[in-house]
Amino acid sequence: MSLEDLLQRADLWRGGAAPPVSGLPSGFAALDALLPGAGWPVGALSEILTDRNGIGELQLLVPALARLTREDRWVAFIAPPYIPYAPALRRAGVNLTHVLVVHPRETKDMLWATEQALRAGTCGAVLAWPATADMKRLRRLQLAAETGNSLGVLFRPVNVAGESSPAALRLKLDPAANGLAVHILKRRSGWPTGPVILEMQHALARRASTRSPACDLPARLSRP
Amino acid sequence: MHLPDLPLAIFLRGCRVPEPVAVSHGQGREQHVLIANRAAMRQGVRPGMRVSAAQALVQGLRVQAQDARAERVALEHLAAWCGQFTSLVSLAPPQALLLEVQGSLTLFGGLEALLERLRRGLVGLGYRARLALAPTPLAATWLARADGEARITMNAALAGALSRLPLSDIDLAEAQLQMLRRMGIRTVGDILRLPRAGLARRFDKDLVLALDRAFGSAPDPRAPYVAPAIFEAALALPGQIDSAEGLLFPLNRLIQELCGVLTARMAGVATLTLKLRHPKATTTRVELGLVAATRDARHLTELFREHLARVTLPEPVEEMTLAAAQMMPLALVHQDFFAPKRATMQAKAELIERLRSRLGIEAVQGIRPIAEHRPELAWRYTEPGESGATVDTGERPLWLFPEPVAIEIRDGRPWLGEELMFEGSRERIESGWWDGRDITRDYFIARNHRGERFWIYRELATQCWWLHGIFG
Repeated sequence: MSLEDLLQRADLWRGGAAPPVSGLPSGFAALDALLPGAGWPVGALSEILTDRNGIGELQLLVPALARLTREDRWVAFIAPPYIPYAPALRRAGVNLTHVLVVHPRETKDMLWATEQALRAGTCGAVLAWPATADMKRLRRLQLAAETGNSLGVLFRPVNVAGESSPAALRLKLDPAANGLAVHILKRRSGWPTGPVILEMQHALARRASTRSPACDLPARLSRP
Repeated sequence: MHLPDLPLAIFLRGCRVPEPVAVSHGQGREQHVLIANRAAMRQGVRPGMRVSAAQALVQGLRVQAQDARAERVALEHLAAWCGQFTSLVSLAPPQALLLEVQGSLTLFGGLEALLERLRRGLVGLGYRARLALAPTPLAATWLARADGEARITMNAALAGALSRLPLSDIDLAEAQLQMLRRMGIRTVGDILRLPRAGLARRFDKDLVLALDRAFGSAPDPRAPYVAPAIFEAALALPGQIDSAEGLLFPLNRLIQELCGVLTARMAGVATLTLKLRHPKATTTRVELGLVAATRDARHLTELFREHLARVTLPEPVEEMTLAAAQMMPLALVHQDFFAPKRATMQAKAELIERLRSRLGIEAVQGIRPIAEHRPELAWRYTEPGESGATVDTGERPLWLFPEPVAIEIRDGRPWLGEELMFEGSRERIESGWWDGRDITRDYFIARNHRGERFWIYRELATQCWWLHGIFG
């Protein structure tokens, strides 16, 4: 393999000199500042490691999805853990005519569908929740994302953080007091970073509601 | 276009690796080999040989009786397929087609480019043809039969080329052929040197007329072939195929044929039926339904590959038939102002079809919002790409549960493994009195100490608490 070939590989990064990476702005300036290409890596695989649903893992992506669905490409949810709720996505600016929801029956089909969607070239982003995925599979997905110039995002449990991965970007998420703590475990042309705290919409809203407490809770419930 | 081995090709074009095969003609003990494939010829089988002798030479030689009807059908299908190169195709049975290509040369980028496309297409279909070009249909037929290298575009060059043709390459009755041979005549040129008046007297008018037509001095109108409005093509699989994977090769032949016909008609198909016939007169049917009409052979092959992978064959397959009951207009992509948009739509639809062909139709869907206050009714799965309407609401969770989950109450408070904190204000949703599915609920956004955010509600009628979604 020549040096040129090596440099083309997505699972190899060079320290220091930043190669040109096309980044899709995440909508979170603090995160973009740490990402090569100043956004989500398009044409590559990203992994989001979290053991909890509901801490903002999807909100982290929604601004990018909203941007992507302005183009004429699909945004695919593959084996999502719950129903992606159309009114909420619409509220967040996602054009639902470009959203696909895929429910494969088996993990094998799930990985196949993810690869097909990434490779097709007609998906701006593919979000997938695989039950398992080995290195060989991940490599195939990474290649498929390159081929299809797609943003591939895999949601995986935190315990795979120790395993190596061909993904261009690996983030670990933790809940934080006013939003989401994002640890960058791996990024192209850069070292891992400590957590960056992202303020989520609801956190802003919460502050607003604290300023004007209009809560009308049943008397016996504790107030925030 | 002359198809020298058509009698053989109809049996062999579905076979990936041909075993020795011979086609026979004649009856009973007088069966002779008409034509044999290379695998058989290599072991000594020759045309004209008695079938019994050929069978003695080659262990396991498969002998098929000539099927003139199937040859005719194949010729017609090929004529329909040729319609993509010119609108004027006519049959010259038993083994030739005539294509009027003068008007197509510019579109295809010249004669050689056109012939190359034609030749490559024929290989894809499993046919071998000799292609000759001449100013008159009869001359082209004869020249193609002779060697298929002639490229004659000027009348002036015609005489020279035709003169060299041996008599066996022109259509003559056996008696006439014998007579000419006795006179020492071997080529067309020899006939031309005979006095014309004597020729008409000694042979029937047909010979003179044929020569006049070949040289263009008598008109030779040909009826253009008109293809049927539906597509249905069968392929014999004499070797019998017992694996779904093995069916792909012959199926691809039929798909190539279909797509050629579709190109000719500027059409596409949205539904296809593949019938697999088994020896015991049973049939397996595979139906393919597409989101958008297409004539992309590779895409169709891929879809069938996925479908066939899930088909269990009760028996080997001895014949397959591909049928398209309906062809839909599909404009030539590059002549179309809206082409890029349509190409994108086509490509987007292809992904849906590929996924559905393996996962099932229900497994691949779109979602759309619905203008409805009851949260569980405010969305719906839909055909991918359909849009919907919304009503303005308060904050909604990105994840909705398929069914609300009952929440335990501790000390009169909702409890999800721990005590919950509430944020924002309650949202009362009261709706549905008109259809009997009425609800009165107070929705809250609640949070645990880990930062997970829940969408919960209290049913006013029962005072029960339910978890309806999480904020993701």
